Amino acid sequence: MIHKRVLPILFSIAALVAAMSFTVPNAPVLTINFENVVGNKPLVLDSITYKNELGQPFTITKFKYYISNISLTNSEGKVFPFHDTYLVNEEEPTSKKIGIDYIPSGFYTSITFTIGVDSAGNCSGAQTGALDPINAMYWVWNTGYIFVKMEGKSPVSKSPGNLLEFHIGGYKAPYNCIRTVTLKFTKALTIADDGYGYVTIKADAAELFKTPTAIDFSKLSSVTDFHNSITIANNYADMFSIKE
Amino acid sequence: MRGKYLYISLAVLFIIASLAFIGDDKYWTITKEDVKLDFPKDFPKPLYDFKNNIPTPEGFTLGRKLFFDPVLSKDSSISCGFCHQRIAAFAHFDHPVSHGINGLLGKRNVPPLQNLIWEKEFMWDGGVNNLEVQPISPITNPVEMNEDLKDVIMKLQRSRVYPAMFKAAFGDSVITSQRLLRALTQFTGLMVSDNSRYDKYMRHEDTLSKTELHGLQLFRDKCAQCHREPLFTDNTYRNAGIAYDSTFKDSGRIKITGDKRDFMKFRVPSLRNIEMTYPYMHDGRFRNLKQVLDHYTQTFTKESGVDPILVNGILLTEQDKTDIIAFLKTLTDKTFLYDRRFADPNMVRY
Ligand code: HEC
Ligand code: HEC
Repeated sequence: MIHKRVLPILFSIAALVAAMSFTVPNAPVLTINFENVVGNKPLVLDSITYKNELGQPFTITKFKYYISNISLTNSEGKVFPFHDTYLVNEEEPTSKKIGIDYIPSGFYTSITFTIGVDSAGNCSGAQTGALDPINAMYWVWNTGYIFVKMEGKSPVSKSPGNLLEFHIGGYKAPYNCIRTVTLKFTKALTIADDGYGYVTIKADAAELFKTPTAIDFSKLSSVTDFHNSITIANNYADMFSIKE
Repeated sequence: MRGKYLYISLAVLFIIASLAFIGDDKYWTITKEDVKLDFPKDFPKPLYDFKNNIPTPEGFTLGRKLFFDPVLSKDSSISCGFCHQRIAAFAHFDHPVSHGINGLLGKRNVPPLQNLIWEKEFMWDGGVNNLEVQPISPITNPVEMNEDLKDVIMKLQRSRVYPAMFKAAFGDSVITSQRLLRALTQFTGLMVSDNSRYDKYMRHEDTLSKTELHGLQLFRDKCAQCHREPLFTDNTYRNAGIAYDSTFKDSGRIKITGDKRDFMKFRVPSLRNIEMTYPYMHDGRFRNLKQVLDHYTQTFTKESGVDPILVNGILLTEQDKTDIIAFLKTLTDKTFLYDRRFADPNMVRY
């Protein structure tokens, strides 16, 4: 007798499970892969010695940056914004691959994103995930996020231990280091009906010290507040490109 | 016969003892009523939005425990309450600048904690933009608690009491920096001072003496442009003619904005409970209120660029000064200073 009552329940559970497994996959639809490089070499922490524009040698021990407010523009000019913030950290391979859910299928011509965290994100109190202050990308004496953090060494640096230390952040004028980047796809990015797409974006750490202002490590080896922050921000504004 | 008396007196003792405990329980228990968001009618709208962090008895109790727990510091020696003392409206009385871990000196005077939810920014230079993130500063400051946020969370996870308290406050026992910071904010955010004799006078519940009233009149005339009622600050940064100290090398707001005009500007501090928060100014350079008033009339400097209101100093007779000080003392809020909700739960009741 009990079976009569239990069976319908079991059936409905089974039906529910089945329905759930048929719905749109929750897996990321567009995968963006960040590939950190230094000029034409791959970025390898600690071991490779690179040269800046002035030919000064340096190594990189840390490279981290925030990417937020990603949006895609399709071939009809329609913009699809996504609101998450991501922290890309060379030390953590999984952080270099980000997934964006629920992108309608279609042809996309460009991607736009912010380097850093927008001003609302800087003032919203205690946050979690990528914006959790335990990620060591947060300034406490002048609260707000460090947008791009590069640390390393160069024999010409006059800082103690020949350190290079570039912690760039700040969301308030005139020291606003938020930069917005738009990258065009030379061949439209196609998201087919099965819903998967893949794009690789290169981040060239050498650009922090290259254009428009070439940085001389013997004169500038540490930026950890608003002094010179804009110079570096203007430099990193063009550090991203699409890897075809 | 003897035994009977013994039993009776033991029973009486037991009853008294348990009554005391019941009384004590009430003293320490935080009720829904205790965390009600009920702000003074004559205050403006709070700037901190409790929307995402609605105080609950459990959240507040957790915040209180954290505030008085030295576990937040590297060697478990310093709690928030060590520097922020209840009897001084949560300033550190009689200490010009803060004392932190290993007795290290900071370079700023510990400000009182009161009416924080009406502050736009925090610290003497306004470097902190949200009450929730403020505690990260003392926790990680090498001369204050010198601890890593990650390590604090690890220590709390390992403790015998905290996981259950986080569960009670937030629904599960996961400990995150956000929960830690929000619990502290529930505690400090409810520190409201609005029941001094001045407040009662304004609400027509009490009277002030002739001297105090004369002080109030002078205050409104000479001080209130900056120390604006009812919070006694206009939330701006100003140069009060305080000379730059080449040992502390504290140049104030300029360090935050990078704007030359902000050299030696500091936040206009509230003057509520000012009687209890001595010594005064951002580096505690003045021992008492008389010295502060002498500063405004005589010892102020124009070297560092003084606020236009103060270029000629403030004209006050010695009697005026006495009267202003009498008025300032009406800002002492005993209801707040003895509020049981903010007492250290590890201490005997007082
Ligand atoms: C070593 C002493 C010390 C400790 C420990 C300490 N503080 Fe403070 N606190 C200070 C000082 C000094 C300032 C002012 C700092 C400044 O202006 O740069 C301050 C400022 C503040 C402020 C800002 C007040 C305002 O009106 O701007 C708040 C809120 C605060 N502390 C809360 C806390 C909390 C919560 C803790 C524990 C996590 C804590 N403090 C631990 C010394 C301390
Ligand atoms: C131009 C604006 C301005 C005026 C006018 C002004 N003050 Fe101030 N006051 C300040 C600022 C700014 C500070 C903090 C300065 C610092 O720490 O460097 C301050 C600090 C104080 C302090 C110390 C508070 C503390 O917590 O340490 C007291 C007391 C005080 N003022 C009282 C007065 C009185 C009384 C008057 C009128 C006679 C007055 N002020 C007029 C701006 C002003």
